[in-house]
Amino acid sequence: MSGKMTPGRFLRENAVIIIFIIITLAAIQPSGLSLTYIVQELLTRLGRNSFLVLALLIPIYAGMGLNFGMTLGAMAGQIGLIFAINYNITGVNGLLFAVLASMPLAILMGYICGVVLNNAKGREMVTGFILAFFMDGIYQFFVLYTLGYAVPMKNPAIVLSRGYGIRNTLNLDIVRQSLDTWWMLKIGPFSLPMASYLVIVVLCLFIVWFKKTKMGQDMRAVGHDMAVANSSGIPVNRTRIIAIIISTVFACIGQVIFLQNMGNMATYGAHTQTAFFAVAAILVGGASVKKASLANVFVGVVLLHALFVVTPNAGQKVFGQAMIGEYFRQFIGYGVIALSLVLYAWRSRKEAERQREGLRGGTAAAAQGGAK
Amino acid sequence: MGQETPLLSLQNISKDFYGTVVLQDVSFDVKPGEIIGLVGENGAGKTTLMRILFGMPVIRETGGFKGKICIDGQEVSFTSPFDALDAGIGMSHQEFSLIPGFTTTENIVLNRESMKNSPLNDVFGDRMSILDRMDMRKRAEGSIVKLGVKLDPDMLVSEMPVGHKQFTEIAREINREKTRLLVLDEPTAVLTETEAEVLIRALRQLAAQGISIIFISHRLHEIIEVADRVVVLRDGVIVKDTPTEGVTVRDIASWMVGRHVATERVDEAHRYFEEIILSVKHLWVDQPGETVRDVSFQVHKGEIFGIGGLAGQGKLGIPNGIMGLFPGGGEVLLHGKPAPLNDPRTALQMGMAFVSEDRRGVGLLLDETLEWNIAFTAMQIQNKYLKNFGIFKIRDESAMKKLTEEYMDILHIKCTGPKQQAKELSGGNQQKICLAKAFAIRPDVLFVSEPTRGIDIGAKKLVLDALHKYNRDFGMTIVMVSSELEELRAICDRIAIVDEGRIAGTLPPTAELAEFGLLMAGERSAKSEEALSA
Repeated sequence: MSGKMTPGRFLRENAVIIIFIIITLAAIQPSGLSLTYIVQELLTRLGRNSFLVLALLIPIYAGMGLNFGMTLGAMAGQIGLIFAINYNITGVNGLLFAVLASMPLAILMGYICGVVLNNAKGREMVTGFILAFFMDGIYQFFVLYTLGYAVPMKNPAIVLSRGYGIRNTLNLDIVRQSLDTWWMLKIGPFSLPMASYLVIVVLCLFIVWFKKTKMGQDMRAVGHDMAVANSSGIPVNRTRIIAIIISTVFACIGQVIFLQNMGNMATYGAHTQTAFFAVAAILVGGASVKKASLANVFVGVVLLHALFVVTPNAGQKVFGQAMIGEYFRQFIGYGVIALSLVLYAWRSRKEAERQREGLRGGTAAAAQGGAK
Repeated sequence: MGQETPLLSLQNISKDFYGTVVLQDVSFDVKPGEIIGLVGENGAGKTTLMRILFGMPVIRETGGFKGKICIDGQEVSFTSPFDALDAGIGMSHQEFSLIPGFTTTENIVLNRESMKNSPLNDVFGDRMSILDRMDMRKRAEGSIVKLGVKLDPDMLVSEMPVGHKQFTEIAREINREKTRLLVLDEPTAVLTETEAEVLIRALRQLAAQGISIIFISHRLHEIIEVADRVVVLRDGVIVKDTPTEGVTVRDIASWMVGRHVATERVDEAHRYFEEIILSVKHLWVDQPGETVRDVSFQVHKGEIFGIGGLAGQGKLGIPNGIMGLFPGGGEVLLHGKPAPLNDPRTALQMGMAFVSEDRRGVGLLLDETLEWNIAFTAMQIQNKYLKNFGIFKIRDESAMKKLTEEYMDILHIKCTGPKQQAKELSGGNQQKICLAKAFAIRPDVLFVSEPTRGIDIGAKKLVLDALHKYNRDFGMTIVMVSSELEELRAICDRIAIVDEGRIAGTLPPTAELAEFGLLMAGERSAKSEEALSA
């Protein structure tokens, strides 16, 4: 739908971004945080979260919506980290080990997820969401019962006192911020985790390159119209599975990067909100279920996290309770997702109506219908 | 002449679906660079013939076909449409098979993109190659030039006028180096006249380059304009295969609709009607695949008004729009009072009823008993067959049973009893249940859509008799929409033919068959409404 960009239309299409900017700006003053602190916090969070959000892009290109199934990749990444800590592999090597060890698992998970989603065409998002819940159960079983029992664990510090199962909180000190501090650039009061940024830039370049490949083109074709793609000989199901595998593997790497920055890991909970925050970020950045760009990712991460940084303090100052800010976080995150999905459905219905009107072609009735 | 090996030769093709013969001994040849015009009514077998030619899986799944297909004199057997493509047969469908978000170029070379190697090829295979967009564009432009039309290679399909989409689709087919035979299924159906002319010129140009074309169209004057030879299918048999020279539109129209056995009209007496009960003005309906663009007509009280036309032209959209099942606009007056559109409940309350062509989807509650099915609408709309207990109502089971038994008797419904489930009945009996359901609310105007589709001949007659009986005995006004001209001619008082979402003309049932054929083909006839008043 190209046409004139009226102020009204601009407001409608960017409603989410505008609401975010207003709330954040309004909350900066009462939060009492210095601008330097906020900017530094955003720079850190860009390095921490962008990779995970980027993992969502390829399934969107392939028309599979927001990949809530990325949680599966995050679980794989956590298992990798558990083993890195277990074998006491420190620093960046530990991260590399975690990524390599979890990669086969991530690929397998992606494959399973892809096959399941192929059987639920048109309902990928809700299916991925529920699949993540289901896999959470398997993950818990694996980590809570088999690790230390079926799989021997060398490091008693991470095992529960009963002798098997991993402790609730995993201390990641030996790999903590190893990527971030590998090459830390100091500019004025700010420190930039250049190595993390570099990894993200490499991923961005990969995505740009990937879109130019035959595979990328096939994914776009499948994303636009599966039936047409199929009738021209593109292996639709296979292409969709590959899209999900790539996304799952990226989510796995992204979760490792995320956790090394955090420095500790809630063994049974770290992954549960991975997809939720990534999806909220990309939607805040202006993406929709069908359309997303690299810019959406970074704008989204900055906006969502700016809000997350200032609201707890603002809540503390204004209402005397930091929990209000925490509440806002959840409320706004889910609110954004719901709003974006509703807006998307509304827009596609409008578009379908407009196309049907086009069918009537040139009659008085069409003019009348168009004027409505 | 005769020495030339035909490019494609169909020999004695026969096909039946579970005993129903749809093609019988169909044979014709296509020479290189020849344009064949293939015409026939709905159900004449055009689609099935093309499916056989393309090796569609549905043909094998239903027991294959008899006869031979030869290309360059060699017998071929395609197991999938891709085999047909490899053999050089391309097809452009009536519904566009294009990706709206892609440019002309991307669509033309879809899945045949030019590629450059990339370092990841060795690990992940060809699909990791980089697209060579320059070359893709060059190839697309080549096809566009070959077709001889103006197309912007970088325009998104979603922003194109319809005509350009059609050209893009044909350009894609001829972009395959091997394509030597093009099958075009109603390529001009969505085009304006100027666009259609450009297309016809383009097809002539392609034929001059040696590409053969099978051109399927219901616009007969286009067939005459573009085709070298016209092949007419009727009821699965080729009734005519002749060079187009000297053939008129009228000839083709009469070959197309001619029947060996004409159904006898029950009463020949011409009936006269005074009062207008239903008046429709400038109706448009957005029913996918059956778009109604601008339809106006009037129905007299007590008459049976027929609406015919080819599939996809919008005849089904008319009752669906008036009854509010698909979004529409315009003006509908019942007894002179405006009937709101897009509101099925009010339409029913005002005294209109509808027997849908979608019997199993809209017409019946498949998992419920016959009683329920027959009484359902009356119960919902008119509060019949309910016992009122003030704050709540319960079903009046005995009244429902009585009603059902009554209709089982009148319509000769074959079933085990009123408690049988609707899904267990045969198609014909299900249709009678649908009729009974509509009769039960005693409508002033009854719309029936494709009442005999998918039911056997004996049941057809019973359904038509039932409509006739209710019309004569109870004076029920009936608007009957049907693809079968013969059944319209058998019971209707007037027949309107819909073409491209508009009424092409209204004829008395006694009019010549060729007249109907001309209207269906979009050739406006001089005789129309006036013929009736005469």
